[in-house]
Amino acid sequence: MEDLFRRYGHTLTFAFMALVAFWLLALVILPNLTLFEASFRPYLPVTEIGGPKDTYSLDNYAKFLRNPSPWNVFGIELQAPLNVKTFLSTIFYSTIATFITFALSYPLAYYLAKVVQPKSLPTMILLLFIPLWVSEALRAFAWYIILTFNGPLNAVLVGIGLLEKPIRWQQGVLTGYDAVVIGLVYSYVLFMMFPIYGSIQSLDRNQIEASEDLGAKWWQTHWRVILPHAKPGIASGSVMVFMLSAGSLLVPSVLGSTNSNWFTQTIQQWMLESQDWNTGAAYSFLYILLCTVVVALAMWLFKVKLSDIAK
Amino acid sequence: MSAGIDLENVCCDFGSFRAVDNANVSIKPGEFFSFLGPSGCGKTTILRMISGFTEPTQGAIRIGGKDVRGLRPNQRPTALIFQNLALFPLMPIWENISFGLEVRGVDKATRRKKAEELLELVELPGAADKMVSQLSGGQKQRVAIARALAVEPAVMLLDEPLSALDLKLRQHMRAELRSIQKRTGVTFIYITHDQGEALAMSDRVGVMSQGRIQQIADPRDIYNNPVNGFVAGFVGENNVFTGSVRNPATGMAGYETKLGTFRARLGELASGENVKLYVRPEHTLLSETAAAENSVPVTISEVSFEGAFIAVHGVAENGQTLVAEIRNDGSATVPANGSQMFMQFDPARAAILPDAAVAKG
Amino acid sequence: MHKTRNFLFNLYFGLFLLYLFLPLAIMGGAAFNNNKLPSVYPWKGFTMTWFQQLLADQVMWTSFRNTILVALAVVVIAVPIGAAAAILINSISGRVRAALYGLMVAPILMPGAVIGISTLLFWNKASIPPGLHLSVLGQVSYIAAFVMLLVLARLQSFDSSLEEAALDLGASHAQVVRRILLPHLYPALGAGAAIAFFQSIENFNVTLFTRGTSNTLTVYVFSKVRSGITPTINALALLLILMTLVMATVYEVRRRRLAKVEAAREAEGRRAAALEEL
Repeated sequence: MEDLFRRYGHTLTFAFMALVAFWLLALVILPNLTLFEASFRPYLPVTEIGGPKDTYSLDNYAKFLRNPSPWNVFGIELQAPLNVKTFLSTIFYSTIATFITFALSYPLAYYLAKVVQPKSLPTMILLLFIPLWVSEALRAFAWYIILTFNGPLNAVLVGIGLLEKPIRWQQGVLTGYDAVVIGLVYSYVLFMMFPIYGSIQSLDRNQIEASEDLGAKWWQTHWRVILPHAKPGIASGSVMVFMLSAGSLLVPSVLGSTNSNWFTQTIQQWMLESQDWNTGAAYSFLYILLCTVVVALAMWLFKVKLSDIAK
Repeated sequence: MSAGIDLENVCCDFGSFRAVDNANVSIKPGEFFSFLGPSGCGKTTILRMISGFTEPTQGAIRIGGKDVRGLRPNQRPTALIFQNLALFPLMPIWENISFGLEVRGVDKATRRKKAEELLELVELPGAADKMVSQLSGGQKQRVAIARALAVEPAVMLLDEPLSALDLKLRQHMRAELRSIQKRTGVTFIYITHDQGEALAMSDRVGVMSQGRIQQIADPRDIYNNPVNGFVAGFVGENNVFTGSVRNPATGMAGYETKLGTFRARLGELASGENVKLYVRPEHTLLSETAAAENSVPVTISEVSFEGAFIAVHGVAENGQTLVAEIRNDGSATVPANGSQMFMQFDPARAAILPDAAVAKG
Repeated sequence: MHKTRNFLFNLYFGLFLLYLFLPLAIMGGAAFNNNKLPSVYPWKGFTMTWFQQLLADQVMWTSFRNTILVALAVVVIAVPIGAAAAILINSISGRVRAALYGLMVAPILMPGAVIGISTLLFWNKASIPPGLHLSVLGQVSYIAAFVMLLVLARLQSFDSSLEEAALDLGASHAQVVRRILLPHLYPALGAGAAIAFFQSIENFNVTLFTRGTSNTLTVYVFSKVRSGITPTINALALLLILMTLVMATVYEVRRRRLAKVEAAREAEGRRAAALEEL
């Protein structure tokens, strides 16, 4: 604090603090408190707001557990509330997408950080960035075109004899969510790649050479030296991809089918179709709460500390 | 225009740590004054207090007789040359130099002219439009000096500015700094841990340790008449003998040590007190026969060739190693390892100081 | 050994680029197909119809204008906020810093839908109706965090003795910020502005819940994709991708030129140092 005044004087320091206060209060904290508060109120016509029916309750949250429906999990027939089913599917397939992006990114991140000539690196990174600048809606749409029933993928696969007849990819082959996962991986793979690249880059090349010199095979060097060093990057990349996937609305809306509901779509229905903002708020709050729990669990499981991610 | 600086009972605390303890010094206008000491001795804190980046916890600082308490760095008539020079990398050289004038609202043509004059002064003509990255270490040094001089400071503060240069260039820049100081007449306050720099350039030196100023004197006095063991030990090498005073007489006394009784100047010590005798290696003479007094038999253990001189190490009978330096001019024969010799010193050359008499902060 | 390894790595990089660009190329290619459905297959002949239809679409133009206006507003608000936050965070330490930092970064991880909904509810309570102005505020809440991270990274390479040197030479605090700090931050501020602009353009989740009845380009694309699809959307996609490519090329050419200039300067510095030792 004193350091700030000494470096920038009073006027500027107060200007900085005012800007930050506006951001954190008006754009982050207060909206979320409003969301929290609204989630306990009933959805009422305008005339009844503030009236006797406008009391706090957990009714909006209770809706989460309504509408039990059959659910086939790996051949086992279960009964589960529709919303719970949607939520668990969202978490599960977001996790799958996270793992696939990691598998795709790690070799690339290592290649960019330790193999490539430093001189050509900026150009290569720029090349990777270009698709990132293309709108997510268009990136999902690109896969819609590829995967569509009369699309080029089916044409090629049938043409080379791999398929006998075209497949409805969006209905799913392995699971109902195939197309969604493909879209998520394509949209978010670079959010995994760049953090891992950053953390591998900070590894002293001598450590890799020392490991090789001591007789380690290439996979031993990766497993014992490079991966542990890259852990913070992998962790922040994973949290990023997971949260982006779970929070995506475009990809499941464009690439999904009726078999593949995403939890964000459920929230959207409450908000925009039912116009029930209070239930929407309750679901939103529940959603960030549960996602936070999932992320915290995963971090505990992989022994990652919060300070590893937030440098 | 140059100004004197007075520090009066200045203390500076960082939490419970006292970085500077009761500093008193009066620096004259136009003087080249160095603070010399090991890292962490408080010399940089003194500099930051004079320039205004740190406020003293107690005491007064006066620049040109005026108390500068509460004045911010940009309101003080001082210019600081940073250890890393802190040249602005995004401005061309001439803008760097004239930055102090720019922020005072001086017009561009005047600034440019002044920058070019200063570049002449520091012998870098034609560098005005270059960028900082185009210069060598020594050239950057000159730009930093020119930038500080541009604001016509009454006092220049230099925080170990030569430490990043290699040996030869450093020695060249010493002479350069000294001559710029003489030409401009500005008061220079120089911070360094390098005794060679401090002794070679300064009018006076303040030796610091543990937050306290141990001694303020001209370079010769610091070297020849250190006031305590710290100053004697920090500035230059010594052969040290511990002992007690015997038979004080007019001006001279005997000192009984484990290596025999020596004769040296009396100093201000009472009889019997524990004292240390400090003898410089270059004042320690080597001979094959014992001298009449102050002579110690040694076995030569190491002869190291240092270029201008040769350092001869000898082990005395109690195991203590003594060092004598002989000039590399062929005037003395260089002894072989293992040979028996005598090391001897002139009674007037030994500095006598109370044992463990370092002023503590 | 290393040759095979490098070959495999280069091959992987090539395949990865193909994976990234091929879908975009297929989507762009479909814009020229004389087929009522957006697809490259079956190919029914070359046409420019879809571009003509696109350019005649008034809704598209309104959405396009709205997108640009929103993005500019986001840049204007998010860049100063992000820069101020980075400067603030950079000069404090300890627990306050950790807490503030966490609070600032949290909106990046927050699902966009939730940001949109909370923004809508909060301003609705203050009797401010939904519309693009709310989209701007909602987007700023997380885009400012991106700017903050970029500026903070740049600040960490900033030598704070430069500020002290300027103060010591008599500069006021405002002059220090204008002449020393901001010039150092320009690259990060520029990158921050670019990222803010692109993030805003492509934002869908926040905008969907806060826009009221206005359209932005992403929302327009989304509604086109979901309802009656025609290849006009491919034409739009191709134009946007080409714009991106042009900007990327300009950026790369500029970067290479600057790198060349800097390398030449450093070489001169090294030569000067070598001469000095003689």
